[in-house]
Amino acid sequence: MSTATDHPTTAASLQQYLTEKRATGSRLLMPYITAGVCPDWLELVDAVIDAGADALEIGIPFSDPAIDGTTIQEATVVALDAGMTPARALSELQQRQFGVPLIAMTHYNLVYRYGHERFASDLVAAGGLGTILPDLPMEHAHDWRAAADAAGIENVLLAAPVTTDERLAQVVEQTKGFVYVVSTMGTTGARDGVDDAASVLSRRVKAVTDIPAIVGFGISNGETAVTAAKESDGVIVASALMRRILDGATVEEAAALIAEIRQALDAAYPPA
Amino acid sequence: MTTAPVASPNQMGAPDELGFFGEFGGRYVGEPLMGACQEVETAFIDAWADTQFRQDFLHILNTYGGRPSPTTECGNLSEQLGLRLLLKREDLNHTGSHKINNVLGQALLAKRMGKTRMIAETGAGQHGVATATAAALLGMSCTVYMGEVDMKRQELNVFRMRLLGAEVIPAMSGSRTLKDAVNEAMRAWVSEVGDTHYCLGSVMGPHPYPWMVRTFHEIIGTEARQQVQDLTGGLPDVAVACVGGGSNAAGLFAGFADDESVRLVGAEPAGGAAAGRGVPAIVHGMKSYFMQDEVGQILEAESISAGLDYPGLGPEHSHLALTKRAEYYPVTDEEVLESFQLLSRTEGIIPALESAHAIAWVVKAKEELQGQTVLVNMSGRGDKDVQQVQEILER
Repeated sequence: MSTATDHPTTAASLQQYLTEKRATGSRLLMPYITAGVCPDWLELVDAVIDAGADALEIGIPFSDPAIDGTTIQEATVVALDAGMTPARALSELQQRQFGVPLIAMTHYNLVYRYGHERFASDLVAAGGLGTILPDLPMEHAHDWRAAADAAGIENVLLAAPVTTDERLAQVVEQTKGFVYVVSTMGTTGARDGVDDAASVLSRRVKAVTDIPAIVGFGISNGETAVTAAKESDGVIVASALMRRILDGATVEEAAALIAEIRQALDAAYPPA
Repeated sequence: MTTAPVASPNQMGAPDELGFFGEFGGRYVGEPLMGACQEVETAFIDAWADTQFRQDFLHILNTYGGRPSPTTECGNLSEQLGLRLLLKREDLNHTGSHKINNVLGQALLAKRMGKTRMIAETGAGQHGVATATAAALLGMSCTVYMGEVDMKRQELNVFRMRLLGAEVIPAMSGSRTLKDAVNEAMRAWVSEVGDTHYCLGSVMGPHPYPWMVRTFHEIIGTEARQQVQDLTGGLPDVAVACVGGGSNAAGLFAGFADDESVRLVGAEPAGGAAAGRGVPAIVHGMKSYFMQDEVGQILEAESISAGLDYPGLGPEHSHLALTKRAEYYPVTDEEVLESFQLLSRTEGIIPALESAHAIAWVVKAKEELQGQTVLVNMSGRGDKDVQQVQEILER
C-alpha cells in the first residue's frame, strides 16, 4: 500500500480505519461537503471534524449532477460559479492536514478527464483514501479500479433497495472501504423520515459481508441518524449539512448539526 | 444475445453485452437505476423477438402514425442545386416528426411491461408531444420535463402537451435546456421506477436506449431504401440527416450503413458540434463525444433549434464517426435560416429548423454533390418554428 503512511492521522486503509472505529462500538458519522460551497469550505471541513466526524466525503462539483438532488445541485452551482475545479479542490485539501480520512465523491467524467493515474496520485497527496463514483457501475470500473488499487485508493460501491441478491453479492465482493447503502430510491436529499428500506437493505448487506455498511441519503438530524444507524454501521450526512450553508449559516452553525448527530448517535449506541 | 434482424447488421448491429458500440455507449448509471435499465433491456429483447409485438408495432405505425411516409422528389431545388434531391417525409407523420416511431414502440413496450405511466424529456417539444400522444392513445399518464428556456421558445408545444393530458415540468437547473431536462427526467425515474417507464427520446442515455431507439426508427431507413430504389432504380449517393442526439439520423443511416457506396452525413449545429468538436465524456448514462471544458465540465450547446440544443450525441454516432463510416459537419444558424426559407419557397415544404440543418449542409456542399442523388431525412415539419423564424427575420 502506498497510502500516505506519513499522514499521522490515517490508518493504512479506509476500510481498516472504519473497521477499527466500528470496533469501539460507536456508529460511524461521515459528513459530505461540496468543495467550494462557501469561500471558507476548508474551515467547514475542520469544524465538522471537530464536531465528531469519523471520515469526510468531499464532493467535487460537476456540471451535470444527474445523481444529485436539488440541494447538492444548488451547492454544485455555487461551487462551480466560484471557480472550483477538481485540481483546485485537491490542491486546497493538500495544504492542510485533517485528522480523518477523506473520500472524494464525484461524477466519473471528472476522474476520466483528469486521468485515472493522475487523479489517484493527487487524491492520495490530498489525504484521500477512497472514492465514491455513483455513476461508475462495477461493470465499467475496471480501469479506475486498477489505478486506484495501485495508489492505495479504495473505490466504494453503492447498494440500492432494488439491487438484487445476486448483484449485491458482486457489490460486496468488489467494494472497498465500505458499502454505501442507498436508503431510498430517490436522488440525494434530506427527508423527514428515513425509509424503512434503509433498515431492510442494511440487514441484507450485513448478512453477506463484514465490510462496514453506511447509510446515505436522507439523514437530516439526530433522530433520522439514530434510525438509519440501527441496522447499519453508520450514516452519511450530505444535503442537510449543505442546506444550512446554502441558507447562509456560518461554519459553526452548520457544524452544530454534525455535533447534534454525533451526540444522538453516541447516546443511542454508546462507544465502549 | 439473440435479437431479431436489423437493417444493417455489419455496420449498425447490436451493441456488445455491456451496451458498447466499439468504445462508446455503456450503462453509466447509479445503482438505483441499474435494475430499471436491465428491465427495459430484457423487455425490449423479448418484445423485438416476438413476431406479434412487431406486427402490433407496424400496425399502429401504419394506422395511427401515418406510415409509410413518402419519399418526395424535389424537382425545383434539384435543378437549382445541380443534384437530385429526395426527401424522406417524416414531417408528414402524426405529430409532425419522426419522433412518433420511437414513442409508439416504447409505449407498446411500457404497456407490455405493465407500466402505467411514462416520463420523457424534450427539447423542441416534438418528443414531448409525441410521448403525450402515445400516452393518451394507450391510456397511460405522462409527465414531460422541458428546459424552462425551451418552454418559452416552444410555447405552442407546451400547450399541445397539456392539451393531450400530459403534465409539463420545467427544468430549472443549468442552462435550462435539453440536457437539463434529461437530468431531471433521470432523477424522476429513479424515484418512480416501479410504475413508470422512461421514454427517452433519442439514441442516447444508458444501454439499451441508444440501441432500442435506433431500432424503433430503422423503419425510416428501410422504407427510404426501397422508395429511393423505386424512384431512381438505385441507391442514393448520400444520405443526410440532422444530428442532435441523433435519432432520425440513426434511423435513416440504419437503412444504408451496409451499402458501402452510400455516404452517410450528419449535419450538426455549429454551436453543438459534438462529433466535430467533442471529446469522449461520460454523461447521461453513456460514453460518447461531448463538448466539454478542459476539466470535463459539460458545455452548453447553442443552437437556433431547441431540438438540436444538446452538447453531445448518441454513442453509436460517436462510433460511426470514429470508424469514419459516417461523416459529421457543422452548419451555422444563418445557413439554417436560409435553407428554411429556400425549401419553403422552392418546394412548398416548411421544414423544422432541425431538418433545415440537413438541407443547409446540402446547399453548402452542392459543388461536391453535383449530379449525385442526395437523400435528406425531412425529420419534422416547421409549423412549430414559424413564429420564432418570423421574429428573427423581422428583427
